[in-house]
Amino acid sequence: MADLTTNFAGIKSPNPFWLASAPPTNMGSMVERAFDAGWGGAVWKTLGEPIVNVSSRLAGLDQGALRMIGLNNIELITDRSLEVNLKEIYECKKKYPNNAVIISLMVESKREAWHEIVKRSQDTGADGFELNFGCPHGMSERGMGSAMGQVPEYTCMVTEWVKEVSNLPVIVKLTPNVAHIVPPGRAAMQGGADAVSLINTINSVMGVDLDTMIPYPNVNGMAAHGGYCGTAVKPIALNMVSELARDAEFNIPISGIGGINTWRDAVEFLLLGAGNVQVCTAVMHYGYRIVEDMIDGLNNYLDEKGFASVNEIIGKSVSRVTDWGNLDLNYEVVARVNNEHCIKCNLCYIACEDGAHQCFSFDENKYPVVDEHECVGCNLCALVCPSPGAISMVRLDDGSNPVSWKEYSEDPSKTLRSHGSSLPGSKA
Amino acid sequence: MSELEHEQIEQNFAEINPPLNQAEAVFEANRCLYCFDAPCMHACPTHIDVPSFIKKIATGNLHGSARVIFDANPIGATCARVCPVEVLCEGACVEKTLMDKPIEIGRLQRYATDFAVENNRQIFQKGESNGKSIGIIGSGPAGLSCATYLARLGYDVTIYERKALPGGLDTYGMAEYKMSQKDSLDEVKMVENLGVKFKLNCEVLSEPSASAGGLSLGKITIQFKSNVTDNGVQPSATADGSDLHDAIFVGVGLGATNDLNIEGENLEGVMDALYFIEKIKTRDWKSVPIGKTVAVIGAGNTAIDAVTQAKRLGAERVLLIYRRTEKDISAYDYEYELAKKDGIEFVWQTSPIKVLGNGKVSGLKCKKSDGTEFEIACDTVIKAIGQQKQTSFFQNIGIEFDEKGRVAVNELMQTSNPKIFAGGDCVNGGAEAVDAAQMGKLAAQGIHFSLFGKKLSFAGSM
Ligand SMILES: Cc1cc2nc3c(=O)[nH]c(=O)nc-3n(C[C@H](O)[C@H](O)[C@H](O)COP(=O)(O)OP(=O)(O)OC[C@H]3O[C@@H](n4cnc5c(N)ncnc54)[C@H](O)[C@@H]3O)c2cc1C
Ligand SMILES: Cc1cc2nc3c(=O)[nH]c(=O)nc-3n(C[C@H](O)[C@H](O)[C@H](O)COP(=O)(O)O)c2cc1C
Ligand code: SF4
Repeated sequence: MADLTTNFAGIKSPNPFWLASAPPTNMGSMVERAFDAGWGGAVWKTLGEPIVNVSSRLAGLDQGALRMIGLNNIELITDRSLEVNLKEIYECKKKYPNNAVIISLMVESKREAWHEIVKRSQDTGADGFELNFGCPHGMSERGMGSAMGQVPEYTCMVTEWVKEVSNLPVIVKLTPNVAHIVPPGRAAMQGGADAVSLINTINSVMGVDLDTMIPYPNVNGMAAHGGYCGTAVKPIALNMVSELARDAEFNIPISGIGGINTWRDAVEFLLLGAGNVQVCTAVMHYGYRIVEDMIDGLNNYLDEKGFASVNEIIGKSVSRVTDWGNLDLNYEVVARVNNEHCIKCNLCYIACEDGAHQCFSFDENKYPVVDEHECVGCNLCALVCPSPGAISMVRLDDGSNPVSWKEYSEDPSKTLRSHGSSLPGSKA
Repeated sequence: MSELEHEQIEQNFAEINPPLNQAEAVFEANRCLYCFDAPCMHACPTHIDVPSFIKKIATGNLHGSARVIFDANPIGATCARVCPVEVLCEGACVEKTLMDKPIEIGRLQRYATDFAVENNRQIFQKGESNGKSIGIIGSGPAGLSCATYLARLGYDVTIYERKALPGGLDTYGMAEYKMSQKDSLDEVKMVENLGVKFKLNCEVLSEPSASAGGLSLGKITIQFKSNVTDNGVQPSATADGSDLHDAIFVGVGLGATNDLNIEGENLEGVMDALYFIEKIKTRDWKSVPIGKTVAVIGAGNTAIDAVTQAKRLGAERVLLIYRRTEKDISAYDYEYELAKKDGIEFVWQTSPIKVLGNGKVSGLKCKKSDGTEFEIACDTVIKAIGQQKQTSFFQNIGIEFDEKGRVAVNELMQTSNPKIFAGGDCVNGGAEAVDAAQMGKLAAQGIHFSLFGKKLSFAGSM
């Protein structure tokens, strides 16, 4: 059994799995049930000036029979009073001293307002604050949420205000609705943040009802853009997490959020630099119980790979992410079909023929064959193949002459491989 | 003796439910809706958390998946192969969800448990010794299950088994096209690895106190009646005078097959279905005593197993003879369908009245319910009309049983003797392996409660 305990920016947790600030952390009784189910920590549903929500606030994206591979919402922050929330946080923390309870905050952009709410909430026994600079709908129209997170100067300024009075660790939750995630991340750090968390939800319109022609979710005949989350956003979140993790200046912990459903997803975030993870949509779909397999699966994975603690894998893949210009142009793979596993569905053939480089033909037994001279090693056939092991990508070069685009630009006398379709500047 | 080629018979006995490969398993696992408080879990007698183990297959956590299964059912690998899933978990899946084709729960269960067996994963460990010793009579599903939970709790457990191999009917009774002896013995190995001791070829005798203590060769006597204490009876097993148990679990299953009580029953060629199946289990096909025309009497699941296997061995003509009508048969629909597919001839509303032959069987004289009599020429007669209960054993060890010969137990699986617990076929009168496994689990909880006053509930003991 590996050690799953984490210390995230000074906040201790029995495991790296936290609930993100959202409906599953709406109130004390819910958070307590979540802790009973095994969640290590919970970021309470964002506190602030009580708001009024609209009715009908979620919409889902389905893929075939799979429901809700993406979710969008136009819900605002908590609609419960500050007193009640703070009282429940206090009681919850007393009952569960070993679990992490984080208070998510969002108030208007005034120093006094931030000072007041931080002071009022920090004696609840909670372990830290998360500043919600990420909500992209509703609150942003009032100058809060992503309206702050999208302007690095504001992010830095409000973080400073909070740090002036807070005696707890402060996590800044970033919005993904920016062109580049590094500037707001650095701004949070400059403002004194102890950590960042990302991503919050992404601007989105979920779809349109073809009969009424009203977009989802319908609020009395109208719709507004909402925040997108769930399985479908994971790659976007992974990119942003790894961008920050490999930034030379940025050096505070990252809490990874976005599309995490299983222990596998969580491990990916950890490998790319997250110090822990937060989950919302998967719990909204299946309930708190999913954490059992997250813990069990992570444990078995660490045991099988020979790691004694989850901390040993944090950031292990960060050095494997680089700029395109550093990739080796002479690395060469081609697709090969393994007839033993091929089921002759011909999906590889048609994908390559119409979507790639026309490298496939058929042998006398109707098995697909790759013309290795035409194959550029794009992976498409292997990605569409439904039968494991039927297509493998095989390396052809011997690795003796790596040349990146950056190196080649500086020294065009370097030799590039002549193989495959013509590369600009290749000396074929 | 079969006239078919060895190769042909091997082919005939190929598994009817072959394992899923990785792609199939993952695809199937992802089809599962992951219901909450799922109907399949309720339908499973051991209440395995089915959605949880399936979800773990989908996430690639096979070790965890096997753990969920074995946690609720120590014979999860056997059950994956032999459970009548159509009326249990998979039946609930179609009935209670939108699935028109149920999730293949049994085969997914096999996928996960095969992973554990093939990779020698010892999922549970022996608990720290608690100083108490339990004797278990019978190494079938009930005994194995009880032993597993007790060993996990730290009990010192000894299983007494009269057969040469452990596993009860898992090893000696399951249709060969469902599972092999190796499958059963692999699972027994996991129980052995928990430190459970197996005394094989060791029949527990049940003579009343007078002869108690007397050892016969390779056998033990449990002196149930010799040490009467304030509690009633103090069971003290004395195999070689050494084992003293704090409680006994009785998982002896059922007894011999009922006799036909007709003339000619002792002719050569008349046999008990259990004997016939036991012979098949050796996979020494040529040694199975079977002729060209086989008449099987009865219409339960055992009768079906007998006809389908007789056919697979190469009998030319196989008849199933039943005194009532088609709609009265007790075999499951899918078992009956299998027999029909195998080309079995069904003779309804007919009872045998005399086995014909001179030394050896040459035919069977039958009577229709309308009184007409006729003869069937055959050289083999297999009796599958239900098994007896081991009532004289129960009587001799001093535990009460009901009018049907089933051991009477309370909710702790405790018999009328508070030191003796029971479960499995000997309590429910004969059901499925999975039911016996559940009773073994409940008995382990009952034993722990009676010895330590601690209530606990293992996975799926709801
Ligand atoms: C032919 C046949 C086919 C079956 N097929 C299926 C199937 O496909 N699926 C399914 O789920 N169930 C099936 N069953 C039912 C299933 O086998 C039983 O429900 C299950 O084995 C009962 O378990 P048990 O532990 O109570 O008894 P058993 O499995 O009968 O085990 C009892 C053990 O106790 C031993 N024993 C008895 N007396 C003594 C003694 N005095 N001393 C020492 N040892 C003793 C016996 O040798 C035996 O090993 C089948 C049954 C039969 C007969
Ligand atoms: C209905 C709903 C309400 C949310 N409310 C909040 C909130 O109050 N504060 C906040 O910081 N994030 C909120 N979020 C965003 C989540 O915390 C999380 O960042 C996002 O959903 C991505 O994670 P996921 O893909 O696991 O859902 C909300 C998300 C949903 C779906
Ligand atoms: S033990 Fe049998 S009934 Fe229970 S889930 Fe497994 S296959 Fe289904």
